[in-house]
Amino acid sequence: MELTRREFVKLSAVAATATAAGVTVPGAQAALAVAGDSGIRWDKGVCRFCGTGCGVLVGTKDGRVVATQGDPDAPVNKGLNCIKGYFLSKIMYGKDRLTQPMLRMKGGKYDKNGEFAPISWDQAFDIMAEKCKTTLKAKGPKGIGMFGSGQWTVWEGYAAAKLMKAGFRSNNIDPNARHCMASAVAGFMRTFGIDEPMGCYDDLEHADAFVLWGANMAEMHPILWSRLTDRRLTGKGVQVAVLSTFSHRSTELSDIELIFKPQSDLAILNFICNYIIQNNAVNEDFVKKNVNFKKGVTDIGYGLRPNHPLEQVANNNGYPGADGKPKGNPGKADPMTFDEFKAFVSEYTVEKASEISGVSKDKLLELAKIYADPKKKVVSYWTMGFNQHTRGTWVNNMIYNVHLLVGKISEPGNGPFSLTGQPSACGTAREVGTFAHRLPADMEVTNPKHREATEKIWKLPPGAIPDWVGSHAVKQSRDLKDGNINFYWTQSTNNMQAGPNINGEIYPGWRNPANFVVVTDPYPTVSAVSADLMLPAAMWMEKEGAFGNAERRTQFWRQQVKAPGESRSDLWQLMEFAKRFKMEEVWPAELLDKAPEYKGKTMYDVLYANGEVNKFPLTELKKVNEHGIKNYTNDESEYFGYYVQKGLFEEYAQFGRGHGHDLADFDSYHKSRGMRWPVVDNKETLWRFREGYDSYVKKGEGVKFYGKPDGKAVIFALPYQPAAEQPDNEYDLWLCTGRVLEHWHTGSMTRRVPELYKAVPDAWVYMNPEDAKKRGLKRGDKVKVISRRGEITTLVETRGRNKPPVGLVFVPFFDEHRLVNKLTLDATCPISKETDFKKCAAKIVKA
Amino acid sequence: MAAISKSQSRRQFLLDMAKTACGVGMFGLGLGLYSKQARALPPAAIRPPGALPEPDFQGACIRCGMCVRDCPYDILNLAKPEDDLATGTPYFVARKIPCEMCEDIPCVKACPTGALDHKLTDINKAKMGLAALVDQETCLNFLGLRCDVCYRVCPVIDKAITLERVHNFRTDKHTMFLPTVHSEHCTGCGKCEHACVLEVAAIKIFPVQLAKGALGKHYQMGWEEKKKAGQSLVAPEIKHQYNLPEGFEYEQGRGLVPGGSSEAAPSPAAPGAQPGIPQALHGDKL
Amino acid sequence: MSANNKIGADAVMEKGWLSAHKWLLLRRLSQLGILALFLLGPLAGIWVVKGNLAYSLTLDTLPLTDPYVLLQSLLAGHMAEKLGLIGVAIVIVFYAVVGGRAYCSWVCPVNMVADFAAWLRHRFGIKSGARFSRTSRYWILAMTLVLAVATGTVAWEMLNPVSMLHRGLIFGLGSAWAIVMAVFLFDLFVSPDGWCGHLCPVGAFYSLIGKTSVVRVNAAQRAACNDCMDCFVVCPEPQVIKPALKGAAKGIGPVITSANCTNCGRCIDVCSKEVFGFGLRFINKAENNAPQGEAAALGNRP
Repeated sequence: MELTRREFVKLSAVAATATAAGVTVPGAQAALAVAGDSGIRWDKGVCRFCGTGCGVLVGTKDGRVVATQGDPDAPVNKGLNCIKGYFLSKIMYGKDRLTQPMLRMKGGKYDKNGEFAPISWDQAFDIMAEKCKTTLKAKGPKGIGMFGSGQWTVWEGYAAAKLMKAGFRSNNIDPNARHCMASAVAGFMRTFGIDEPMGCYDDLEHADAFVLWGANMAEMHPILWSRLTDRRLTGKGVQVAVLSTFSHRSTELSDIELIFKPQSDLAILNFICNYIIQNNAVNEDFVKKNVNFKKGVTDIGYGLRPNHPLEQVANNNGYPGADGKPKGNPGKADPMTFDEFKAFVSEYTVEKASEISGVSKDKLLELAKIYADPKKKVVSYWTMGFNQHTRGTWVNNMIYNVHLLVGKISEPGNGPFSLTGQPSACGTAREVGTFAHRLPADMEVTNPKHREATEKIWKLPPGAIPDWVGSHAVKQSRDLKDGNINFYWTQSTNNMQAGPNINGEIYPGWRNPANFVVVTDPYPTVSAVSADLMLPAAMWMEKEGAFGNAERRTQFWRQQVKAPGESRSDLWQLMEFAKRFKMEEVWPAELLDKAPEYKGKTMYDVLYANGEVNKFPLTELKKVNEHGIKNYTNDESEYFGYYVQKGLFEEYAQFGRGHGHDLADFDSYHKSRGMRWPVVDNKETLWRFREGYDSYVKKGEGVKFYGKPDGKAVIFALPYQPAAEQPDNEYDLWLCTGRVLEHWHTGSMTRRVPELYKAVPDAWVYMNPEDAKKRGLKRGDKVKVISRRGEITTLVETRGRNKPPVGLVFVPFFDEHRLVNKLTLDATCPISKETDFKKCAAKIVKA
Repeated sequence: MAAISKSQSRRQFLLDMAKTACGVGMFGLGLGLYSKQARALPPAAIRPPGALPEPDFQGACIRCGMCVRDCPYDILNLAKPEDDLATGTPYFVARKIPCEMCEDIPCVKACPTGALDHKLTDINKAKMGLAALVDQETCLNFLGLRCDVCYRVCPVIDKAITLERVHNFRTDKHTMFLPTVHSEHCTGCGKCEHACVLEVAAIKIFPVQLAKGALGKHYQMGWEEKKKAGQSLVAPEIKHQYNLPEGFEYEQGRGLVPGGSSEAAPSPAAPGAQPGIPQALHGDKL
Repeated sequence: MSANNKIGADAVMEKGWLSAHKWLLLRRLSQLGILALFLLGPLAGIWVVKGNLAYSLTLDTLPLTDPYVLLQSLLAGHMAEKLGLIGVAIVIVFYAVVGGRAYCSWVCPVNMVADFAAWLRHRFGIKSGARFSRTSRYWILAMTLVLAVATGTVAWEMLNPVSMLHRGLIFGLGSAWAIVMAVFLFDLFVSPDGWCGHLCPVGAFYSLIGKTSVVRVNAAQRAACNDCMDCFVVCPEPQVIKPALKGAAKGIGPVITSANCTNCGRCIDVCSKEVFGFGLRFINKAENNAPQGEAAALGNRP
């Protein structure tokens, strides 16, 4: 055993050295420059990591980002950063940056089983266009797919959505936000008819109580947590309750820690509603005026493959039934009365909730009282504990149930708030319409009116945008494996590490000989090296960008430095690739006949050189940015000959203005530390849906959920249902995956920062000491974590930051040497299609 | 002739003896002084768990290296002559690679002399050294940032290192989480120093005698003594009464209670609640 | 000295090269073999022996402890653990049988350094020589023990070239090479057999363990001695030979009884007349009974 432990450590050390060797920026140099030289140019920017959206100042010298500082004028963080943000200046300078396109080749030609060899951009686009055109001919638009990112800048996401939906006429585009925010989106849409939180971070300074539902803010939103804690510290009687399936840094610092059995949050939420009703704490005026009640269908399956036994017996999963017609609609709900709702939740007594959840009755009551107390302002926060859930949409709906029943919503210190994990999950993935079912500004491809509106702005003939819902993230993997999608392009994401069931679903699809897979990334990630073509990407400050954070704040930055070698931004790649297609190659003749002026033109001409996107000449660059950088320009604009970003943004902004998604004008963002939409008459909106705060609510209307035609939000009656896979005799543990503060998601950036790598080099499996003892294990033992889908080898951790209860283990997913997503189940919420990365069954044996 | 030779050789013998004795004596003196000097453990070198206090350790350790061999993580070294601690004795440098605190403590088990005390069977009771946050000027958490890497890597998290929460007066809406070491629980494993992300660590492990202060015996912490005793050391106290306007209450030790309610007023501006004063001391939940 | 200027040349001619180097080769095999066993772990990951000469554990069962270092530790005020004590007992019994200073010639790595210096001395005819008493080592031994008491530490280990070299070879040498080099240069230029034969307290300590050891070299065929002197030249402790080889007339038995004989067997190798051999201490009958008395007047090589 000792020898193997030693070997293991040595292997890790080798990996450590390799990773560390990849980094060249000596901090000493940067420090020197700061101290002794004022030759550093400072400009404002946004942190590259989570959805908090901390402002940073970026210091550039001699074409290199040499330092950063927390922006003291940024309202979110006031100069502070977490430890990832502290190392921002190092993330672009890993030694293994991709600097030229790399294609798998044998004998000078593309070969699926060849070795990666450098090629020119021309050659790269040649092979891409060839593969794409072959696929379009053989399978039509449904044969191609794109997987995007909540790390795309706003205009990159917009350009990508337009390329796929209008150009290729394929809705097979989905962002990695499907893995993180889709349930929140579906929840918002179902309850309010409009996406994204009504409140903002200022709630943090106004609430009397905070309830965290499956959010470890202490690690995942470090700066927001320090604001929350400050309110707790300085406000008398302020309470923090944390619900989780294991103890972690947030539960440690909380007043009420509720460790519940996986999936039982559904029961707890219904219990709280029941408690509120039973104790006459319902805000009746509010409910009468602003709420409708509905009962959702329940037999909705688990988003697994249609042939899975669980799906065969599900009658409302929307999959084709024996007659070929869809089996129901998982999102369907029928109106009900308050009394019916009351009866529905009445079975969720504190006893029942306690029994299902394993949480003591006292704690449940204490929690319920926080919501029920009319004098207590309460904000609920959640992230992946809610969203990555086979009932993710439900559980989002159900937290709204609670807030709506007591009317604690849409005012300072009161409201439900879904936090985001990516810098632009909101701003890009959600708002510009990169989901397979969406169009910009919350519109949907299945809605003819929405398609028509979009076609109008995009200057497309009627019928150009396809009416079918494209393949979502998990479905894309299945489609690749089944050979239904043959051309696949992913940008700024790492699905081979972050996606579920890698061995079973993702890898076989990428390596399917029928498929051609392209990955755009700054680094050779697990995904990049699994692809057929790697395209080097410009990242962060190497391009002009915009992110939208969790509180609807849109923030811009200017390009500060050039990308290394041949690296190009995702935006350039998308637009340049569009030049390779004549409209005749992507549109059917009858559609082109409706727009004869497009005949003979390229997709680039129609989508980007359309009179809107190319509206702003290069002189605008200087005009808009002179206050920040003298004689400013950016690479994309120089290349295409117009202010690309402004053109894309202004075209995109047309979608939301006047429709509750109003963005300010492009120039203002370059002068501000971000603004929270809707920005109407230059005024930001802090709390939506409430008179006085939201210009869309007229005088005298009080509260109006204007996303719904009747202005009323919906309370849904939804039951507790078990998880898709639960521990049994053989696989006797719950496996939960997640993150750590030091690394961001799959670690492709943070693991290249030596200090962060050293701080947390490897993903160990956190387990309860009793569970370890039962299996004859002690801390540091090498073990195999095995699920029905695969196994990984790692070390046992029984101490430290996370303390799982007996029966549950936690493995972070940042470590590319231990791909925990080989183990996870590709079960999704059947409504939001978001994977449940938090629950599957596993076992642990000594390796 | 024979007599002369005999007395000469005896003289020679005695002379030789004296020479040898003197030479050896001088040599021994030098070595003794040298060893005395090496008895002070340099601050960067940390002994393995269970090590007897210096210089007892140097009397007990026979420099066999068994602890080095049985360390599954390869963290221990034997001092070389050029290192400034006793040659051949085991140590580790936390900044390079810290102790993993094995539950079975194989290094101690391997020691044939008990220089690593075999009475140490619970690694959490080890006292290899003591962490000290030596530089508050560069510690990122003291600057208000959310680093706290030292805290999260601590194997005795929440006991050996806690985060003490203090209002950030500069931003006025964030908390500073100040890493605070508690010597009672710190084993000196060095994980914190190793993981500190600064170029030069702000938290470091020192031999306990270097890192630990000592309170004068003439003073005791009243609040701790009261907690220990479970009640005031001096009792009883009379019931106080005060002249107060209508509707007000005054409580000994708490002050004026507006409205006469003993319920906590939620307003941070309420008298008695001083924003920004650290309310959480070690062990108290916020 | 033999007609040939080379030591043992006659023996090579008489017995053949291999026979004339048998014990030397076996010793080198032993010294290097022991070192190899120690190195097998760190270099190849095969853990036969862990530790070093101070203490080692073979195959995770056999403990061997250096009694000298443990005695210093004891004098410094520390009582060892069980395994350490068992190891001492085993080592003492072992050397009490095979000869205390067999440690020097069969185990100690410094021996090879000293032998090399002696070989070079002879080869290049370096004649310089400072006068040292061979009893110095006992003084130094006493001094190290006093130091242990006085300082409460195993002070000698700060300097001990024996453990320094052995530990260094296994755990990393560092600047320990300088101390070994000092021994080498001392032996080469200052004093022949200076370290091992005069100063080393480790050897002195082991000589005490082996004071009455069972296995001894004897000059059983001393009658055949042709006075070539090769044995005296090659022996690192030549003073031990004379009584056994030349004591027949005085009634002294042929067994070399001096505790400082290292049982190296070089005298056996270099003797063309096969005068010497290994035997037991008890078989030590002189051929004829000659008057005793002058036996103490031993040949003393400066």
